[in-house]
Amino acid sequence: MLLALWELGSRFGLIPERVLAAPSTVAETFWALTVSGELPANLLVSLARAAAGLAIALAVAVSLGLLAGLSRWGETVVDPLMQIKRTIPSLALTPLFIVWFGIGETPKIALIAVATTFPIYLNLFAGVRGIDVRLVEAARSFGLSGWSLVREVILPGALPSFFVGLRYALGVSVLVLVVAEQINAQAGLGHLINNARDFMRTDIIVVCLLVYALLGLGADALVRTLERRALAWRPSLVEQ
Amino acid sequence: MVQPRIRRRAFDTAAVPAVAPSASPSIAPAVKLNGFVRQFGENRVIDGLDLSIAPGEFVALLGASGSGKTTLLRTLAGLDPVGDQDVTTPSTRAVVFQDARLLPWKKVWRNVALGLKDKDVRARAEAALKEVGLGHRLDAWPSTLSGGEAQRTALARALVREPGLLLLDEPFAALDALTRLKMHDLVLNLWNEHRPAVLLVTHDVDEAISLADRVLVLNKGRIAAEEHIALERPRAPDARFQAIRRRLLGHLGVEAPASHEGALIAFPTGEAVQ
Repeated sequence: MLLALWELGSRFGLIPERVLAAPSTVAETFWALTVSGELPANLLVSLARAAAGLAIALAVAVSLGLLAGLSRWGETVVDPLMQIKRTIPSLALTPLFIVWFGIGETPKIALIAVATTFPIYLNLFAGVRGIDVRLVEAARSFGLSGWSLVREVILPGALPSFFVGLRYALGVSVLVLVVAEQINAQAGLGHLINNARDFMRTDIIVVCLLVYALLGLGADALVRTLERRALAWRPSLVEQ
Repeated sequence: MVQPRIRRRAFDTAAVPAVAPSASPSIAPAVKLNGFVRQFGENRVIDGLDLSIAPGEFVALLGASGSGKTTLLRTLAGLDPVGDQDVTTPSTRAVVFQDARLLPWKKVWRNVALGLKDKDVRARAEAALKEVGLGHRLDAWPSTLSGGEAQRTALARALVREPGLLLLDEPFAALDALTRLKMHDLVLNLWNEHRPAVLLVTHDVDEAISLADRVLVLNKGRIAAEEHIALERPRAPDARFQAIRRRLLGHLGVEAPASHEGALIAFPTGEAVQ
């Protein structure tokens, strides 16, 4: 309905092309960009950035989450720092990162890594602390300790809340990607949007927005699939 | 005071004695505590407790809430530090808790195999689960088990490591009456088969008398009474059973004891009276 009104508005000149392209034009542009390879190539660059940032965030957040979750000492050292970091909006770090890392790939990946670390850390920390101590005790009585206790009991127990953090982090990574790619991008979705803005190609801009939306949906679907496989043991409140 | 003789037998894994071996001085005890003390702040939960359990002996421990039962069990399970106190336990111990405490993210057989390191763990877990009648639930998730099935899994998990001491922490308390009776039979069969020393912590006087060779009453962190059950298994609630029951209930302060005669060896001052 909305789409039809939008199309009609564009056809009869109520919505000028330079304000918003018609849905049919957007679809055509989408097809053309895909066939030419321009969209897939730029999308791949953006995905690689997000993946690199997330990989760093995962490594850091899991290490810190376990450190803070498993020891009082770790909590005292790590948690206040993470809470301070939480109060600073990650995007506000952009100017500083440009000064530090220039305008190449590094500040983009660093921004994504910094922004996605916190949700993973916080949820993993809560998951580790929320473990049923009776289960830990039972496992200890059967001779588990140290790393085997972490691997067999604590990590699997913290997994449900870890996934909540991961899903949130994936959403944040798309958000930060949009901003990070405004920094002198030579390739990527942001680069595509910036170019389109310069030529007032609203059709390309809308295509890129759609792709961002699809990325968010895709990320969510990915985590849901992972969850279904990893958390098959969990009785579900709602039947699948 | 009349003191009926307790039949004493040498420890024998092959025999299935109607009356189990009682503590025999010639065999080193599986469990030995001497003047054990456990204190939380000002609160002395266990206060100079002496306990000896022979290999293969089935001991039940009765006591009101807060009498120190759980603390004692945790100590024997190695879950609490004992400091430099004189505590002897077998190197292999296994606990069955009131709530089965299965790891929900591990399939049933992996729960049984938890912490086992040698290769054929699946075969061993499978054999143990068959023994408790759960050969068909190997690959089930624990959340799909009934209460009785979960407890049987917990029993299999304990027995698969052939423990020298099996600690049962009110393992049947949360089960319905019929399931509980079936579990009693199962535990007795498994005990006959594997012959670990058993310490059963329970609230249920009838359960203690039905199963154990010896029933201890714990009060204020000490063994307040001890009763040897010289009845043939399976035990029917006959007159002798009822007499023991009355005495034990008396010591738990539930009802006044009908009489003072019998095999009760009381330690009102904490000193052993033989």
